[in-house]
Amino acid sequence: MPSSEKSQTASIMYDIEAIRADFPILARTMHDKPLAFLDTAASAQKPRHVIDAVSHVYENEYANVHRGLYQISEAVTVRYEGTREIIRDFIGAAHTHEIIFTRNATESINLVAHSFGRNFLSEGDEVIITALEHHANIVPWQMLRDEKGIVLKVVPITDDGELIMSAFEDLLGPRTKLVSVAHMSNVMGTILPIKDIIDKAHAAGAKVLIDGCQSVTHIPVDVQALGCDFYIFSGHKLYGPSGIGVLYGKEELLNAMPPFMGGGDMISSVTFEKSTWAKLPHKFEAGTPAIAQAIGLGAAIEYVNGLGLDAIGAHEADVLKYATEQLSSLEGLRIIGTSPNKASVVSFVLEYAHPHDIATIIDRAGVAVRAGHHCAQPLMERMDVPATVRASIGLYNNRTDIDALVRALGEVEELFG
Amino acid sequence: MSDDLRELYQEVILDHGKNPRNFHLHDDATNEARGNNPLCGDQLVIYLQLDGERNVVDASFLGKGCAICMASASMMTDLVKGRSAEEAQSMFEAFHDMCTGEGDETALADNMEKLSVLSGVREFPTRVKCATLPWHTMVAALKGENEISTE
Repeated sequence: MPSSEKSQTASIMYDIEAIRADFPILARTMHDKPLAFLDTAASAQKPRHVIDAVSHVYENEYANVHRGLYQISEAVTVRYEGTREIIRDFIGAAHTHEIIFTRNATESINLVAHSFGRNFLSEGDEVIITALEHHANIVPWQMLRDEKGIVLKVVPITDDGELIMSAFEDLLGPRTKLVSVAHMSNVMGTILPIKDIIDKAHAAGAKVLIDGCQSVTHIPVDVQALGCDFYIFSGHKLYGPSGIGVLYGKEELLNAMPPFMGGGDMISSVTFEKSTWAKLPHKFEAGTPAIAQAIGLGAAIEYVNGLGLDAIGAHEADVLKYATEQLSSLEGLRIIGTSPNKASVVSFVLEYAHPHDIATIIDRAGVAVRAGHHCAQPLMERMDVPATVRASIGLYNNRTDIDALVRALGEVEELFG
Repeated sequence: MSDDLRELYQEVILDHGKNPRNFHLHDDATNEARGNNPLCGDQLVIYLQLDGERNVVDASFLGKGCAICMASASMMTDLVKGRSAEEAQSMFEAFHDMCTGEGDETALADNMEKLSVLSGVREFPTRVKCATLPWHTMVAALKGENEISTE
């Protein structure tokens, strides 16, 4: 099929107006202006399918899971555990018990730092991260460093926001025990060559954690093909509820790791002398979990699968290209993160106005963006900017949203330019 | 453009934001403090030169921040010069109340009238800290604290 014909077919299949209608919030206004929501990388809006799934649980089959010997509890347990299978399939894991529910991606990384880090890393062992990490993939390792005396090493990036692979190879050594990197930068959108990173880390005998918060919403992931040891992400960026996150870990590793938290639901037996742990995945899920949120995440993945990540990715790439072209044409605007391998995020600064002032002004025009350091202060320092404005694109954004942004930036220029 | 935006970004603020007064390091500073707004990454340092009676002989600042923060620091360093530490402290309180809506600009003393141009932040709750960060930092410097954070 010729490419023009192909893209036409894709655009017919990807009915953006019908998709936007699936998200009730997109019909509202902000300051009496149509809402141009360009902050999906912070947290995504929810489709009706997810909202209904959560309501359905509370209205029809809510009870605690894994405990009640009655119909509703059994029904909700089946739905809750069924979500694990949806997630397993979504990321290509070998077993459903390799899918651990957490509160969010931050908790997933902290779980690995506490359970894997504290027990398998000792003084002088090295953890490698990168210069573009979110604070969630920096601070837990610093805390481990201060507690255990491990060494934290940071792979530098280029001015375009790409990882310097040769520097990564130089940092790898016999003491490298873990490489913990983002799949995609939350600030610049850069997609990291994680297959290459994983292969090289494994060759050096290190385990690999991939922070997939930003990537799972844009890029199909197959953890078995990648071979990573841990893959983590949150539900709320994937069009699901907040309060639910995922840790994927390889079975043998999770089995070898001790529990993160103690309590109900994670034990096999308890006496005052000794307790024994439940099997995977429950060993890592102490206490009553986020039941409706997990089921909502399952519904979100069903929704995303219904559209198809390839189609979503193609649509978002089109909007990103348009945004990049439109923004680049504005005088005094500089895009931060110009790697050709990027997705769905465009960060920028204006030479005549601070990001906060920009965000406040365009808010009044109905445009929602993030302004600040994006929980990536070391990256801000590296790129030599105090903060940026970040417009991020979700599966529901269209060129109209970008036009609203560009028009609103005209008001900033009017005041500050 | 909406009226509250025009109110927030008055000419005076834009001017102070673009050409901040007293924007320099101070070699003779007796007191200094660093202020951080971790939410947005704004950082500034306030330098005060106090004499033996705790009068502010001179004040300056350095840092990076939005127009509101820069303008606020610029005007503040102008205003506290020649005041006693006590006066500077009560100016902070009156200014803080105006920004948070607990007081209004008519409650400002005559010598603080200039600051009423910043009263527009009341309509922008997320921006109040931008205006008050320099003042919080100045008070910390007076107290001999070296660092404050708005969170």
